Parts: sequence; structure tokens; C-alpha cells
Amino acid sequence: MIAGILIYLFPDNRARAVDTSLRFFYEMISILPAIVVLIGLFAVFVPKQMVANYLGHASGVKGFLLAIFLGALPTGPLYVAFPLAAAMLKKGARVANMIVFLTAWACIKLPQEMVELQFMGLKFTLLRFSLTAAAAVLMGLLTERLMKTAENTQESA
Amino acid sequence: MNAATITVNVIALAALLWALSKDRSKTKQALRVAVRSFLGMLPMVLTIIILIGVLLGFVTPQIIQNLLGEESGFFGILTAALIGAVMHIPSLIAFPLAASLLEGGAAVGTVAGFIASLTMIGVLTFPVEVRELGVKMTIMRNGFGFLFAIAIALVMGVLL
Repeated sequence: MIAGILIYLFPDNRARAVDTSLRFFYEMISILPAIVVLIGLFAVFVPKQMVANYLGHASGVKGFLLAIFLGALPTGPLYVAFPLAAAMLKKGARVANMIVFLTAWACIKLPQEMVELQFMGLKFTLLRFSLTAAAAVLMGLLTERLMKTAENTQESA
Repeated sequence: MNAATITVNVIALAALLWALSKDRSKTKQALRVAVRSFLGMLPMVLTIIILIGVLLGFVTPQIIQNLLGEESGFFGILTAALIGAVMHIPSLIAFPLAASLLEGGAAVGTVAGFIASLTMIGVLTFPVEVRELGVKMTIMRNGFGFLFAIAIALVMGVLL
């Protein structure tokens, strides 16, 4: 509603706003159906044990690497990754790995890296890539630790 | 159709065909889950798309360039990270913009902070994230994301 009022008040920006929305709508509608099909199949077919093995607490460094790999696959905008992460969490993936997955999805997508390489150069891209990967793992571990602490205090309270 | 769209659709289709060959009734069940989560996400996603459109309609690359071109140092990085957190720009537009910022004299750290927080944090997509992952995880992911975006920016500013 606020959006409607703004656009009404500033007609100069209308075309640009509508144009952008349509572009994002097109992106969404060409990706979201595929994502929900994957979520559905994942929910029904993939055994819990498998997710726990590859992305659960016992997965260690391999889990982080797998999470980064999954995140870097050329897929779509970040908001479609949230339900995917939620589905994996339900099946026993650890929080740290899902944060790594989301961060990788957001920051180090393969097609995005190509564009970055082209515009920002090799040094910038490589440095940002390695720093982001390290930050992703740190963020994952920190979040997991804090979520656990929060749960424990809730339980004891 | 870009590479990402094609890849994800091909993967989904292949998985669907594989599932059908394995177990029809389970596949039906999976598709029901798919429809349900699609309908569940749609209203929120549509709202977000409209908001992004309005935001980008008002904040043009030119405005960002003006804001980030002059600031440098820690304050520049902070501004860049804040703008990056609120904005929602596809990378095909973001990186050319970042490159032109550099050419225009912006510091490397500022530009790196902008990219890091632009990609990692989505203030506009908070509702979807909270719905799927909960308030706590959303706050932590975005909070740490913001701090690490600044950290990455500082390190890159020093090293490059």
C-alpha cells in the first residue's frame, strides 16, 4: 500500500519501479516452481540418515565443503534458499552447515563469480572468495553456538 | 533465461523424472508438498518483489555512486555495508556498478563492503527468512553477516 502511494506521488519513478518488479517477478516465476519441486522431492525421498551423515554434526570439514559446494551451484536468489535450508534442518543438518550453505548461496555463486572476475579482476575476486568462505564457516559455528546457548537457558529457566 | 534458471529447472526436472520412475505415489506426495510450499511463499515473495521494484525505482545506481564515491575509511565501509544491506541488486548490475565506483575513486574496502553486505544481507527478505528459519537464526545470520561484511572489507582494504 505504501508502495502504491509512493508510486502515485512520484510518477517519474513509476516506469522504473514497475519495470524492476516485472524483472524480479519473471526471475521468481521461472525459478520458484523448480525449487519447490526439489523441496517436495527432498522431503519425501531423501532419508533422514543420509542428510545427518553428510550435513549433520558428524560431517565435520566435509560437511562445510559440501555446504559451500551446494550453495555455489548456479541457482537463484537468496530467498528461495531459505525453505531449502529449512527442509535440510528438519532432516538433521546442523545449523552451522546451513549458515555456511546460505552464505555461500548469497556470496559465492558460480555465475556471479564470473561476473565479478570480469569486472573486479582476479586478485579482488580470489581474496573476496577466500575471505567469504572463511567468514561463512566462522559465522556458522558462532550462530550454532549461540543458538544452543539460547536453547539451554530457555530450558533451564 | 540465464544459466542459473536453466540449471535449476533441469535439475528439478531430472529429479522429478527419477522420482516418478521409482515411486509414483511418493512422487505425488512430494508434488503436494511442492504446491503447498509454493502457495505458502507466494504472497510474501510477491510483496517483496513489489518493494524491491519501488526501492530500485527511487534509488538509482547514480545515487549509490554519489553516496559511496566520496566517503572512505571506516565510515565509508559502514555506509557501504548499510546501503548494501538494504538494497537488492542483481549481480549483473552490482559488479559493473562496483567497478565504476572503483574507477570513480572509491576505496577498495568500501566497494568490497558494499558487495559483501549486498549479497549476504537482505533486509527486504527478512519476512521469508523468519518464516522459514525462525527469528533467532535470522537475526544471527544477518547480524554476523553484517559484522563479517565489514571485517572482509577492512581486510581487503588493507591487502589490496
